[in-house]
Amino acid sequence: MGENPNMDTSQAEEIVKTVTYNVLRYDPDKDSKPRMQRFQVPVPKGRTVLEGLIYIKENLDGSLTWRSSCRMGVCGSCGMFINGLPRLACQTQILDLNADEIQIKPLPNYDILKDLVPDLKPLLEKHKYIHPNLVRREGKEIDGLTGEFFQTPKELENYIQFTFCIKCGLCLAACPTVATDANYLGPQALAQTFRYNTDTRDEGNQFRFDLIDTADGTTKCHFAGACSDVCPKGVDPAFAIQLLKRDMLLHKLHIKRKEKGVPILGKVTDGKRMKGVPDAPEKTV
Amino acid sequence: MEQKNKFNNRLGIWGWLSGGRYGLERYAYSLHRLCGLGILAYFLLHIFVTGSRIDGQGSWDSAMSSVEGIIFKIGEFLVFFAFAYHGLNGIRLILTEFGVFLGKPKRADFPYKQSTLRQRPVLLVVMVLAAILTIVGGWDFFIAN
Ligand code: SF4
Ligand code: FES
Repeated sequence: MGENPNMDTSQAEEIVKTVTYNVLRYDPDKDSKPRMQRFQVPVPKGRTVLEGLIYIKENLDGSLTWRSSCRMGVCGSCGMFINGLPRLACQTQILDLNADEIQIKPLPNYDILKDLVPDLKPLLEKHKYIHPNLVRREGKEIDGLTGEFFQTPKELENYIQFTFCIKCGLCLAACPTVATDANYLGPQALAQTFRYNTDTRDEGNQFRFDLIDTADGTTKCHFAGACSDVCPKGVDPAFAIQLLKRDMLLHKLHIKRKEKGVPILGKVTDGKRMKGVPDAPEKTV
Repeated sequence: MEQKNKFNNRLGIWGWLSGGRYGLERYAYSLHRLCGLGILAYFLLHIFVTGSRIDGQGSWDSAMSSVEGIIFKIGEFLVFFAFAYHGLNGIRLILTEFGVFLGKPKRADFPYKQSTLRQRPVLLVVMVLAAILTIVGGWDFFIAN
């Protein structure tokens, strides 16, 4: 085995088969529209679609462009439209696709910047729009935090699923409403609205409801569920949006209102230490 | 700096019309919208035809005779199907919008089971009921009358 088995196919890795990569190419300086280009990629067991692209860049065409970083489904930058579905290239193994030809395009519903690089700006702007941070009425509580917020594990359970969003943007690429409507806030931002509104440390419910209570908010979701089908982190944005709709209605009807966030705990020394819990180690920084 | 010559890759109408390789719910979504548009078209025609009654019996008779024939009968049957599906699926959607059938949020462990799968039996029931209504309607449209 070579040091980096992903790169060097001349090493002892057994090539199981060779697949054809049919990759969308678009150079904004030269092309008026995209074209497809084919490459032959040898596939050892376990090779991911991303590693196949790296193989092409290193051996066949150095100009091929895409975004990736962590190679482990954490950074959310390698989202692509692979054989008809938005997927993370680093989390998709070529052999799992069960196909001799692999079609790779940039994520749909975003402008193409170059080759497989989508312009994720709309995703990030919508995410920012809903204020994805704890909002407290007393802003100074957050700015000069003096202790931890008091939140029970049960309260955490109500939103933890939605915190795993890595902003890969696959959900917007899958959403049929986003396909025709650029203004729709979309599954990612709405799921994050629910995530922060449900966080008991947050006091921004009304603030965010006002932001999303427009024609471009939750009412445009008709539960096609495609966002949840493709989400690589199990965030299930379609689920969050339905719960958000319910919360908004109950809030409007004054049935469920979360006015006050949980308090900030005093210094740790104020609490009673549980038996058998050792002291925290000394601060090193 | 903002790049100027980006290529617009928004899928457009085809993006919402085609279910692609996504789940059943996405097909249900497309069908729901198509049926909605069909019902809307029917309503417009309906208002136009019944509105002709204002101009007297003769005008009504001629408007009615212009919507006779097998094409319109099939069209009416399709509208019947659209009503059945759109109505039943609409009830499912209203309920899911209240979070019914979707379960409770919890820490997601791989392999993920998304909410669409939890409510899928309800979608299947909707489809079966719509199919039964359509068959009964078809019998009434084309055989009994
Ligand atoms: S909700 Fe899922 S699919 Fe959408 S951006 Fe977040 S991690 Fe990606
Ligand atoms: S490279 Fe980071 S998620 Fe794929």
